[in-house]
Amino acid sequence: MTGAEPPEGWPNTGERTWFRSDAPAERWLLSGYSRDSRERTILLELIARVVFPTVLVFSLYLLFAGHYRSGGGFSGGLVAGQAFVLRYLAGGRLDDSSTVSMRPPVLIGTGLTIAVITGLVPVPFGGVVLESASFTFAVPVLGEIKIVSSLFLDVGVYLLIIGVVLDLLRTLGSGIEADIAEREGGRR
Amino acid sequence: MLALVVSHLLVALVLSLVSMRHSRAIYPVAALPPTAALCWALAHADSVLAGSPPVTRMNWSATLGLEFAFRLDTLALVMTLLVSGIGVLVLLYCRWYFGTPSGDAKRSASLLLAFAGVMFGLVLADDLLTLYVFWELTTICSFLLVGQSGVSRESRRASLQALLVTTLGGLVMLLGFIVLGESSGTYRISELAADPPDGAAVAVATGLILVGAFTKSAQVPFHNWLPAAMVAPTPISAYLHAASMVKAGVFLVARLTPVLSEVSYLPVVTAVFGLVTMFLGGWRALREHDLKLLLAYGTVSQLGFLMVLAGSGSYTGELALAGMLLAHGAFKATLFLVIGIVDHQTGTRDIRELSGLGRRMPWVTSVAVLAAMSMAGVPPTIGFVAKEAAFETYLGTGAVAAVEAGIVAGSVLTVAYTARLLFGCFASKRGAVPTEAHPVPAGMLLPPAVTALACLVLGVAYPLTDELAATYAERAAGSSGEYHLGLWHGFNQPLVFSAVTLFAGLTLAAHNARLNLLRSRLPRPLDAQRGYERIMGSLERLAVGVTGRVQVGSLPTYLGIILLAVLVVPGSVLLMRVTPIEQLRWWDNVLQLPLALVILVAAAGVVRATRRITAVLLVGVIGYGIGGMFIVGGGPDLALTQFLVETLTLIAFVLVLRRLPARFTETPSARRVRLPKVLVSLAGGVFVGFAALIFSSARDTPSRVSAEYLEHAEEGTSATNVVNAIIVDFRAFDTVGELSVLAVTATGVASLVLSSRSARRRKHARSDWRQLSATARPTAGEHGERGSA
Repeated sequence: MTGAEPPEGWPNTGERTWFRSDAPAERWLLSGYSRDSRERTILLELIARVVFPTVLVFSLYLLFAGHYRSGGGFSGGLVAGQAFVLRYLAGGRLDDSSTVSMRPPVLIGTGLTIAVITGLVPVPFGGVVLESASFTFAVPVLGEIKIVSSLFLDVGVYLLIIGVVLDLLRTLGSGIEADIAEREGGRR
Repeated sequence: MLALVVSHLLVALVLSLVSMRHSRAIYPVAALPPTAALCWALAHADSVLAGSPPVTRMNWSATLGLEFAFRLDTLALVMTLLVSGIGVLVLLYCRWYFGTPSGDAKRSASLLLAFAGVMFGLVLADDLLTLYVFWELTTICSFLLVGQSGVSRESRRASLQALLVTTLGGLVMLLGFIVLGESSGTYRISELAADPPDGAAVAVATGLILVGAFTKSAQVPFHNWLPAAMVAPTPISAYLHAASMVKAGVFLVARLTPVLSEVSYLPVVTAVFGLVTMFLGGWRALREHDLKLLLAYGTVSQLGFLMVLAGSGSYTGELALAGMLLAHGAFKATLFLVIGIVDHQTGTRDIRELSGLGRRMPWVTSVAVLAAMSMAGVPPTIGFVAKEAAFETYLGTGAVAAVEAGIVAGSVLTVAYTARLLFGCFASKRGAVPTEAHPVPAGMLLPPAVTALACLVLGVAYPLTDELAATYAERAAGSSGEYHLGLWHGFNQPLVFSAVTLFAGLTLAAHNARLNLLRSRLPRPLDAQRGYERIMGSLERLAVGVTGRVQVGSLPTYLGIILLAVLVVPGSVLLMRVTPIEQLRWWDNVLQLPLALVILVAAAGVVRATRRITAVLLVGVIGYGIGGMFIVGGGPDLALTQFLVETLTLIAFVLVLRRLPARFTETPSARRVRLPKVLVSLAGGVFVGFAALIFSSARDTPSRVSAEYLEHAEEGTSATNVVNAIIVDFRAFDTVGELSVLAVTATGVASLVLSSRSARRRKHARSDWRQLSATARPTAGEHGERGSA
């Protein structure tokens, strides 16, 4: 662990060369950046990283199951968003793995675009806006699969909600945190 | 036809995605869809001229009666020749103009193509609302193309001005369309034209529609956005602001002339505004030194001329209009592209700096001369042919003669600024050093050469032009006439006018320098640009004033107003129609009791809490308790959503709390309004409680709607979860609406938080800088270091 600690007096932001030298390639426990050791809870960080993929998969389950059982794009998106929230709460704003490579506004826009396009797709085929159709086809291993076109609307909802939650984290979460850090830095 | 229009947009979309890598090839590829459109239109030319135009209709919202209707009639054919023909050439030209693969080049390719697509849709539209949709899309394309990357302040301002002015007109026009469509019962233009409506409503609609046409076609007093838009790269100006988009207003008037044939004031209004515009544009063009601005004012002038002809409604007038539309498109595009070449190869387009280019660029010069001949109306070009027809239209006495005089005067100015343009750009001037110029690539010269040749060919092959123009004129005016486009009609009045125009124009050009001196002394009581700026300024002041008064910025005040509104409006109704609460039960399920207890205790705790975090957590407990109620009541979907939203709200609260004091504080002024606050909150709470009881007791059977939903969920949407079926299927339109609200809200909140942060950072930076410069004057070296850091 000592190898991954920043040297004395090294700022926790910005440069990350100290980390590249001897840290393991798989970042399991540490993301490289870490908050002040007084604010850290290693246990929470570990749990967050362990649970994170599972929660994401669960959110996908909710998204797809919504048509038949409890769930749907909205709750799926919220669950996925809260996976990121957990990640943020554990790692803080400098945990770069808590941010997705896509910026939240892009995610929001993608979601809205998918939803609107789903609504318009039936038009060229002689349907009305937002009409839905279901397709059933057989897949070798999985058996018969039924896909309803309104699923794509739900995918749009899902992405948009994730985007909204990430935007929340970006502004109220890391934004305010950066502000506080800046102010404290200024006072010192 | 819809497929052709959509293919433009699709290719544009794909281009914007791949343009990162293949920046050289994008322009030739972008030229493909307009080429297809042009070929398609030419292939149908025979049937169009024979009077059986191809029609496409697509009903996209049957219940609202909304459809996309397209129809390639003669006017649409003429406009397609301009839009797609010049579009192809401009796109090919762009490949040379935007030499280095820059961001502008990549963005402009897909935007220009998208513009060509929507303009194509606009000229084909046979439905007023379809037309409106494409109309506003062209405005948006123009905004993006003029604004470019938005780096320079000038381009931002010009694009905004163009957007505001044309959108204002567009909205007024939409109102006119609705009045016209509703009063006559159909929005389809061909049906309206077959049976022209009349009455007061149509007269009003005409006025509203004309506002739209005048703003788009830069008629006085809306003309100023057009010269301002010249900050755009020259090919864009050539295409949008000379050959195609600005003609949309003229096109609209021509399109609606048969529809509005019962409106008697239409020709008068278009003639008055058109003539004023024609004269003013020509007058201003004589003063400009920037070649592009000179041409821009020339375009304003020509648009005025076209507007006069479009509104005339007579056979000869419409004949002249068709000829003039083709002529103007060809010569104006040529001249803009030539100026683009000059600007690109010499680095300047100022008349005072250019000299001796005629000798350096002989080919460019001859192309320009050909186009200029057409602009000035020199035989045997199409410009001459069309102008003869225009002179023929207004032969007569009284008011008609006044219009003729106006046209002649405007044409004199046209000849004068044409001469000024040619001499200023290409002539060798006494005492001036010949301008250095890079050699012109053949590929760059080819597009203007093609359009310049078109000026000549359309004039020499006038029977061909006449067939197109006369077919259009007969259908637009509803009658046919003796007159036909031609180079020679014998010695008659129009020929005399043409000769007089040329002679007077050249004389005017020769004395222009002296005239300019005189002109600079004339008072300028009205300035459209200053007027625009003044209006915008007062609008902004008004907005600030209203916001300052309406938004007091106090959260308790906002909450109080909301609660009071709830109490006054639904509350009073509830009191007046109070119904006895029936079937009041204490519980449905024993589990509700402990949950209710938890909620009540937490609610009491919130009121008594002194620390913010306690209050927030207790509110969370209430939320979870209600989620528990949902589970007990048998709504797992609702409960799941409630829990998730509650968690997220709680986290958002906690995140924000970091910036707030730990405890609730109360200022002395807040203590004074404590009692009213308590009263309002109590009343609000009591109202909500009673409303819930009354509403839930009012309905003892499931509503018919829910029964329908339950019944149709399985076979209608193949969903077994009816909640989800409602969200994504039955009420999917609501869902999409809510999504957009959510997107807007999230973006708005994020922008507010981020902008306040960056504003604070700027302030910090400024105060740091002040401290720095106040304490110790740093040396230059330190300065540089700090700057780069």
